[in-house]
Amino acid sequence: MSTVKKNNYTKTPVLMQGNEAVVQGALDAGLTFFGGYPITPSTEIAEILSAELPKIGGRFIQMEDELGSMASIIGASIAGRKSMTATSGPGFSLMQENIGFAMMTEVPCVVVNVQRGGPSTGLPTSPSQGDLMQARWGTHGDHPVIALYPDSILECYALTIRAFNLAEKYRTPVILLMDEVLGHMRESIILPPKDQLNIINRIPPNVPPEWYRHYKNNPKYISPLANFGEGYRFHITGLTHDEKGFPTQKLDEIQAKMDKLQNKIKDNLDDLIQIEDFYMEDAEVAIFAAGIVARSAKEAVKQARAKGIKAGLVRPLTIWPFPDHDVETMLETSKSIIVAELNQGQMINEVKRVTSHLPHKKFHKLQKYNGELITPEEILKKITEVK
Amino acid sequence: MKYHKNIPQKVIHRYLRHDKKFPHVWCPGCGNGTVLGDILRAIYHLGLTKDEIVMVSGIGCSSRMPVYVDFNTLHTTHGRAIAFATGIKFANPKLKTIVITGDGDATAIGGNHFIHACRRNIDITIIIINNNIYGMTGGQASPTTAPGKFATTAPYGAIESNFDICNLAIGAGASFVARTTAFHTTEARKLFEKAFMKKGCSVIDVITQCPVAYGKRNNLSTAVQMLKWQKEQTIPKAAYDKIPEEKRKGKVIRGILHEDDKNEFTAEYQKLIEKVQK
Repeated sequence: MSTVKKNNYTKTPVLMQGNEAVVQGALDAGLTFFGGYPITPSTEIAEILSAELPKIGGRFIQMEDELGSMASIIGASIAGRKSMTATSGPGFSLMQENIGFAMMTEVPCVVVNVQRGGPSTGLPTSPSQGDLMQARWGTHGDHPVIALYPDSILECYALTIRAFNLAEKYRTPVILLMDEVLGHMRESIILPPKDQLNIINRIPPNVPPEWYRHYKNNPKYISPLANFGEGYRFHITGLTHDEKGFPTQKLDEIQAKMDKLQNKIKDNLDDLIQIEDFYMEDAEVAIFAAGIVARSAKEAVKQARAKGIKAGLVRPLTIWPFPDHDVETMLETSKSIIVAELNQGQMINEVKRVTSHLPHKKFHKLQKYNGELITPEEILKKITEVK
Repeated sequence: MKYHKNIPQKVIHRYLRHDKKFPHVWCPGCGNGTVLGDILRAIYHLGLTKDEIVMVSGIGCSSRMPVYVDFNTLHTTHGRAIAFATGIKFANPKLKTIVITGDGDATAIGGNHFIHACRRNIDITIIIINNNIYGMTGGQASPTTAPGKFATTAPYGAIESNFDICNLAIGAGASFVARTTAFHTTEARKLFEKAFMKKGCSVIDVITQCPVAYGKRNNLSTAVQMLKWQKEQTIPKAAYDKIPEEKRKGKVIRGILHEDDKNEFTAEYQKLIEKVQK
């Protein structure tokens, strides 16, 4: 488990919107390609990048739809650029098939989903945390995903950089889940000096082209990545493939590929998981919440503590893979657990799953799905009820 | 490099992948291999290097083509080949990007990407292997299955109008639009050469035979019959323009149907970068 770094940045504060912070983070991470289709509430990301990317010799393209957007960023990544798209619920649904393609072909890229209310066209300008399971299980087939969940404008910036780093390192698409409120909210943040940023780039092959195997397995399950046009000619296909990338139907090769996809996530949890605990040392009532709800929860915890109630908060920054072990450890001592989320109960089942064997746990749900936020008062009320 | 026209097999062997196990997936009598041969001979004739070529395909019989050839090759999702290719070309305009796609892949599920690549006039070559049927899934109707023709999903004959791929591409704004057939191999090779060197979106509609899924349902049950149809029922544009109206019925025009020099997308974006950075 790695803990959240405190803000030790030194420059002057800037007033920034969540969507702007994503853009800044992406550019600082080395983004030079954006392909997207406008959709509220993510639109500012495309708009700002259309202005910024040409300034640095990058590429912006407004594709004809979300299917094309996802395809274009995979293509650009294969040709060697760090690439990203940004969308919201309905667009995210349209991208799923090609997100699965990027998973299967192990192409790094970043997909930002600024969530809105659903299903269908739903609530374009209202917050919702309804896409947690879509991020996890949206594509067909069977594979793990990496999805990050910020709760502040500074974290929109930091987790965007982290999304690119993880994408490049693990050769996989990474999803940044955001709340509508975060996308449009403004906060004063202090950006880090660029030379203090830790930027990870894909590992190039260390063998001559004729020896290169695009999916060569190794103990960490991560293969070096060559780009098209650099002399390493190879085949990429969404069909189940062998180490060279050629389609296969051999049982052992199919199994090896599926295990590789799974293990590169499963065996690197220490690196992937980020989670924050807040007043959890002696908490009797624990709240589990992500994103914008966690901010309300923090305020509620403070107010509860002022009243002498031992409340605490657990907040995942990495929502997928779900931080099983850390959630279990953090929630071990608290008697009551409130899972607060802007949906009809997607996270609560995960929390129950990982803590099911712990004795004397009482679960309480605090769910809101009418397009409004959960307020600190509502959480405090629930804490008082269940303490 | 000199073109060894007398030993075409040797030219093809230079580009096949030695580490890919053959045979290929195509049925006996299929036109895909012929077209691939024409593409490889065009590449050889132009002296393009293997490293500068990216071959992208979608899903379907013809879309299996890239796996056999020693270029940078990408086999994508159904209908999306052109969108992937757009990303590749735009990310690195030096790459010669060739899309291999079928009539169903390009004009049904991928129709939106097809018209927008033409509109954008991005410098990619789209080779549509047009056999008027969904071959890989066993013979369902495609957007180019003509009214009255039979397919597994048109058991009483198709009743929908069919796309004319070339007219579609011209209307959408492609810079180079041509049609040829699997029978006319020399013409196909020459058209591919022109298309690869054309700055802008080039579209080639290649009529091919699928005796197994299309022919047998439509009174053309052998490859020979179908190739004969291609030979007799198609006519070069110049000749077509000269014949009287009553003789045109049932004839399909071949050759270059449209060519212009309108602005190409990646070059325009480069200009935009230079303007913004000034």
